[in-house]
Amino acid sequence: MSAQKNRVATGSRIDRSKPVRFTFDGKTYYGYQGDSLASALLANGVTLVGRSFKYHRPRGIISAGAEEPNALMEVGTGARREPNTRAPQIELYDGLVTASQNRWPSLDFDLGAVNSAVSRFLPSGFYYKTFKWPKDGWMFYEKFIRRMAGLGTGSTETDPDRYDKLYAHCDVMVVGAGPAGLAAALSAGRAGARVVLVDEQSELGGSLLSERDRTIDGKPAAEWVAAASAELGNMPEVRVLTRTTAFAYLDANMLSCVERLTDHIGPTASGPRQRLWRVRAKEVILATGSIERPLVYSDNDRPGCMLASAARTYVNRYGATPGQRVVIMTNNDTAYQTALDLTAAGVSVAAIVDLRVNPTGALPQAARAKGIEIIENSAITHVKGTKQVREVDVQTLTSDGKGVTGSARHLYCDTVLSSGGWQPTVHLHSQTRAKVLWDDGIQAFVPGPIMPGQNNRSVGSARGAFGLNEALNEGHNAGAEAAAKFGFSNVTGNAPSAETEPDAQPLRSLWIIPSNVPVGQGGKHFVDYQNDVTAADVMLAHREGYVSVEHLKRYTTMGMATDQGKTSNVNALAIMAGLKNVSIPEVGTTTFRPPYTPVTFGVFAGSDKGDFLDPIRKTPIHQWHAEHGAPFECVGQWHRAWYYPKAGEDMHAAVNREVKATRDSVGIVDASTLGKIDIQGPDAAWFLNMVYTNAWTKLEPGKCRYGFMCGEDGMVFDDGVTSRISENHFHMTTTTGGAPRVMSWLEEWHQCEWPDKKVYFTSVTEQWAVFALNGPNSRKVLEKVVSDIDLSEEAFPFMTWRDCTVAGVKARIYRISFTGELSYEVNIPPSYALHVWRALMTAGEEFSITPYGTEALHVLRAEKGFVIVGQETDGTMTPQDLGFEWIIGKAKPDFIGRRSHLRSDTKRPDRKHLVGLLTENPNDVLAEGAQVVEHVKDKPPMTMIGHVTSSYWSPNANRSIAMAVIKNGRNRMGQTVYLPYDGKVIAAKISKPTFLEDGAPANG
Amino acid sequence: MLLISCPHCGPRDEHEFAYGHEAHIARPTLEQQNTMTDAEWADYLFMRKNPKGVHFERWVHARGCRQWFNVARHTVTHEIIKVYPMGEPAPKLEQK
Amino acid sequence: MAEAYTRRSPLQHFGLTAAAAKSNAAGAEVLIGESAHRAIVNIRGDGGEAFKAAVRSVTGVDLPVKPNTTAQAGAFRILWLGPTEWWVVTTSGAEEKLVADLRQAFIGQHAAVIDVSESRAVITLSGTKARDMLARGCSLDLHPRVFGPGQCAQTGLTKANIMLDQTDAAPSFDIYVLKSFADYLWQWFWLIGRDYKLAIKAH
Repeated sequence: MSAQKNRVATGSRIDRSKPVRFTFDGKTYYGYQGDSLASALLANGVTLVGRSFKYHRPRGIISAGAEEPNALMEVGTGARREPNTRAPQIELYDGLVTASQNRWPSLDFDLGAVNSAVSRFLPSGFYYKTFKWPKDGWMFYEKFIRRMAGLGTGSTETDPDRYDKLYAHCDVMVVGAGPAGLAAALSAGRAGARVVLVDEQSELGGSLLSERDRTIDGKPAAEWVAAASAELGNMPEVRVLTRTTAFAYLDANMLSCVERLTDHIGPTASGPRQRLWRVRAKEVILATGSIERPLVYSDNDRPGCMLASAARTYVNRYGATPGQRVVIMTNNDTAYQTALDLTAAGVSVAAIVDLRVNPTGALPQAARAKGIEIIENSAITHVKGTKQVREVDVQTLTSDGKGVTGSARHLYCDTVLSSGGWQPTVHLHSQTRAKVLWDDGIQAFVPGPIMPGQNNRSVGSARGAFGLNEALNEGHNAGAEAAAKFGFSNVTGNAPSAETEPDAQPLRSLWIIPSNVPVGQGGKHFVDYQNDVTAADVMLAHREGYVSVEHLKRYTTMGMATDQGKTSNVNALAIMAGLKNVSIPEVGTTTFRPPYTPVTFGVFAGSDKGDFLDPIRKTPIHQWHAEHGAPFECVGQWHRAWYYPKAGEDMHAAVNREVKATRDSVGIVDASTLGKIDIQGPDAAWFLNMVYTNAWTKLEPGKCRYGFMCGEDGMVFDDGVTSRISENHFHMTTTTGGAPRVMSWLEEWHQCEWPDKKVYFTSVTEQWAVFALNGPNSRKVLEKVVSDIDLSEEAFPFMTWRDCTVAGVKARIYRISFTGELSYEVNIPPSYALHVWRALMTAGEEFSITPYGTEALHVLRAEKGFVIVGQETDGTMTPQDLGFEWIIGKAKPDFIGRRSHLRSDTKRPDRKHLVGLLTENPNDVLAEGAQVVEHVKDKPPMTMIGHVTSSYWSPNANRSIAMAVIKNGRNRMGQTVYLPYDGKVIAAKISKPTFLEDGAPANG
Repeated sequence: MLLISCPHCGPRDEHEFAYGHEAHIARPTLEQQNTMTDAEWADYLFMRKNPKGVHFERWVHARGCRQWFNVARHTVTHEIIKVYPMGEPAPKLEQK
Repeated sequence: MAEAYTRRSPLQHFGLTAAAAKSNAAGAEVLIGESAHRAIVNIRGDGGEAFKAAVRSVTGVDLPVKPNTTAQAGAFRILWLGPTEWWVVTTSGAEEKLVADLRQAFIGQHAAVIDVSESRAVITLSGTKARDMLARGCSLDLHPRVFGPGQCAQTGLTKANIMLDQTDAAPSFDIYVLKSFADYLWQWFWLIGRDYKLAIKAH
C-alpha cells in the first residue's frame, strides 16, 4: 500500500482500519472507509484532477461539497460509466474506478490546452458571435467547439441498474441534517409529528462533521449528533434519509429527492441503485446551510487553490490535508478557524492574508496567539505554478481596495485557501419562485417572503444566521412550531445549546482582488470555474451592453454549468454591480431551478420501462391470439390481434386470406375493445339527441342506430351504434380509442351544462367481451350454439339486438355490421369469453370460420366505404364532408355542433370531401398520408388538394382501393389526380368511397 | 405537482385530475345561436382568457369521483385560491 | 350459464392456486392474491333518504354518503365512488338477483342500476409492507392516521386507475382494476415485489 503523504495520523471520521483501493485515471490508490474521492485524492497528494471546460486549464479540487465546479469525474466503467460526478460527493469503495474529463490524450499532457494559449480569441460570447458573423461561420466553428469544449461522456449502453420511485407524506419535512435540521427534526419528532429528514451526506451532522472542537449540550459535537441520530431512529413516525438530495421543490410542498442506495457500494450491490422520493409535506423546514464564496484573484484556479472551509472539512472530517504549506486569503473571520485547525493537524500555515485592516476578532487573536502570521490590508496578487501552486505574491491594498501598492512579498506554498464570505443555500427556497433579498450585513442573498401555498421556512445559516446557537435555536423552534400547526404541540426538551461563540468582525467585500496589472491582463480572475468565465468576461459583457443578469448569464454562460453557479453567481453579480455602479440587487438576483445537483434519468424512469413504460391492455382472450401467432397492433394502450399468419404466410397473404374468407363464408374478430357506455334515466333520449347529430326519440326498444358525435365546432369526434334497451335505458358504443374521451364528454355536458337532466352514464366497456361474426355463413354458425331465440332475418332483423344464450352463456347479440356482410356482434361476460370463442370456432369449423385481425377489419370496412373516426377524420371534417348529410337531424332544434354547421365556412360546397381513389394501375397501392395534386411539377412545392386517409389491397375487388379527402372532391368524380410520393408519381381517378356493391367490384 | 382539493375527495395529486378549460363560458341558448353572427359564435367557441394572475378554470377528478368543479388558480404562483362547485359564479377575489 | 369450469378469472392463467400452495406465507411481508369473480353492481342516485331506504331494503346496508367510505352488512359491502355513484359488492353469482332487486326497489326514483362485476379484477394485498408497496405507485397518503378500514378511494396505482378498499387494519386492501389492466398491474406488483418477501394468497 502506497503511503498517503497528506494523511493526518489520527482523528477524523475515516476508519483507518479499513483501507479502500480505488483507481483514478488508471492508477491505483488507497484511501479509507469514510473517505470521499476528493479527500482520498488529496491524501494521496493528487491535486491535478481535471481540465477546464473551455481553456483546458489544469484544475484541482475547490470545495468539499455539492458546489464543486472543478473536480468532475467519470465514475464506473462500461454501461455504468457516469460523467460529471462531483469528487467531493463520491464515496470511496473498494474497486471504485474514476477518471478525469475533458483532456486528451492525458490529464497531464492535454492537447486542448492550446485553447488556453489562444484564449484571447475565445472570449465570452464567442459561441454566439459565430452565429452572427461570418455567414456560415457557425457551421465551421460548431464542430470545433463541440470537440474542444465539454464535459465527460456518458455510456451509450443500456443502463444495467434498476431504479425505484415512491411517494411519501409527512407533517414536517426537514431538508438538511446539520445542527439546525437536527434540532428541527428532534423537536417536531418528539412532539409526535410525522417527520421526514433528508440529507445528502452519508451521515447526519452537516457542518458539525467538519468541526474539531465544538460542543453541544456539553458533549463533543460528534457525540451530540450520534445521540440525536439514535433518538430520531427510534421515533416510529420519523423517517431519516441519508445520501438523499432534495433536488426539487415543486408545487404545494412536494419535494423530489433522490436517495443513493448503492452508489457507495458500487456495482456489486444488489437492489435498486437510486430511489426517487416524492415527498408531499404539510410544512417544510429548509436547513440547507450555506456555501462559502471564493475570492476572485488572479489565477485563482491553479491546482492547490481551494475554499478555506473545504480545507477545514478535509482535515477535520477526513484527516486529509490539502497540501503541506498553506497561505490563506480572507475577507472575514471564519477562515481563521481553518488556519487553527490546519495548524493543529500539523500543516504549516505560511500566512493569513486579510483584506481587512487590523482584524481583531476572537479568531484572529487566537491565530496570532498560535504564532500564525497575519498580513492585514493585503491581497494575493499572483499565483505561480501551472499544475500546482508554487508561490504567491502578496501586496498591500490601496485604501479603495481597487489597487495594490508597495513591493510584493513572495510566499512559498503549495496551497492557497480563500474565503469571500458565505452565501446561504437558498436554492430550494428560490425554486418555489420566492424572491431572495440582499442582506448588506452578511453581504449575501437571504430568503425573501415565501410563496402562497408553499409552507416553508429557512432556518440557521440557510437564512443567513451563521452562529451555531442561532442554528440550534431556530431549528428547534421551527420544528416545534411546525408540529404544533398540525396538532402536535407537546414538545419535550429545550433547544440544544453550544458554548458561547466568538464575536465576528464584519467582512470587507472586494469582489475583484486587484493585482499590479489590469484585470484581463496577465493572470485570469475566474468567477465561474466550471464554465471558464472570468472577471474580464463580465467586464466584456458590460462593455457590450449585456448588463442585466439574464443577459449576463446567457452572454458569458456564467452560472449555466451543471453546478448552477453555486460558487460564482454572487461574485458575478457583484462585479457587474461594481461596473454599473449600482447595488447588487439592482443588477438582479438569480433564480434557481431544479435540480439542485444533476439527477440521472434512470431515477425518473424508475421501473416504468420496457413492458411497463405504458400499460398493455389485453382483451379477455389475448392469450388465444398470442397462441395462434397473432402479432398485436397497439390501439391506444390496447393490444389487438393484427392478423393470424399461417405457416409460410406473410402479412399480406394472411390479411388477403382473412378478408376473402370473411366475404365468402364467415370470419370472426375480437372486438372487445369497443367502448361501451350504459345510459339510464328519463332524459337519456333527450341527451342522445344533443350529443348525436341525428334523432333518437323515436328509436324503439330492441333497436340500434348509428350516429356521429360532433364537437361544438361541428367536427366529427366519434361515432358508434347506440341501442335502446328500454324506454329510459340505452347502450352506447364508441370507437376503441375514443371510449374514455366520449365518457368524459358526456359527463362534462351533463354536470356542467345540463345538470338538471335526469340521466346517468356508466362505462361498461369491460363488462362485455365482443366477438363479431361476419359473412354470409355467420347465421349458420350462430344457429349451432344459440337455441333460445329465432335468428332468422324476419325474427332478428338488421339493426336490432336480442338477449339469448350462446354456448350456455348469457349473451346479448347486436345485428350491426362493420363489413357490410351479415353480421352478429356477440356480447358475453369476459370470464366466459374463451369458452364462447372456442365454441364459435368449433361451430364454424364446417364453414372454415376464419379469425381475422384489425388489418382485415380495416380492409373489410374500407371495401364498403365505412369510415374510421381518427383515420378518415382529423378534427377538421364535418359529417357533411364525409358524405353523411343524411345523418344530420334537420327536424331537431338543437344538438352539439349544429350552429357550427351553419357557419359560412362549413356550408361551403368546395370543402374537402371524402372520396375514393382508384389508381390507374390497379396494382399500385397508395401510401396513406400521400398528398394529392392536380398538376405535377418537377419538385415541390406543388398545390396540394388533399391526402390519402386509407389505402389497402382489396382481395375482393382484386385491386387497390383508397379513401382520400380532396378539396371539392364530390364535384370531381372521374377526374384524374396525381400522387407524387417516394420518388414516383401515381395517377388515380376520383370515385365514390365504396368499392364493393353486392359483393362485386363497384364501378369506379 | 399541484395539490388540488376535490370538493368531494379532498386534496389529491394533480395527476388524478384533468384540466378542462376556462370556466363560466355558458353555451348560448338556441335563440342566441340562431341570432348570433358567425364571428360571435367563433368567439364562444375559441376565444379564451389567458391572464397573468387569477384564472377561473374547470377541472375534473378524472381518476377519482369523476366530478367536475371550478378552480380559481393563480397562473404565476400556481396557488389554488379557491375550489368551488359547478354552477357557482366566479368568486370576487383580490388580484394578487 | 355454462359450466363453472368454463369460467376464467383474469389472473387465472398465472396458475395462482398452484403457486399459492407452493408459496411460503410464513414470514411474508406481503400476501398477494386474486379474488376472482366478485359481484359488483353499480348504483346511481341522489343519495337522498328514499334512495338510501331502497338500498337498505335490499342490502341491509346504510348507504355510505361520506366520500371515500365503505359500509358493510352481511354479504353486502357498499363503496362510495362519487356523490351519485356507489358499488354494491357481494359474493359471486348474486349479481343477477341483486340487480333485479335494486331496480325493483328504485321504482319511482331517478336511479340507475347496472352490473359491472365482469369488468373488474380484484387483487388483494395485505401484510406489514403492503402500504410500502402501494406507495411505489400510489400518491395517496395511506398512513393509519389518515387512511384506514372503512375508507376507500379511486386513484391511480402506477399507470392504472384503481379502486382501493382497505378491508382491515393488518392492513389488507382490495384493489379493483379494469380486467384489461389486470396482467399489467399483477406483473407490476411482482416487479416492485423484488424488494419484498412476497407470497401468494389463495382465495
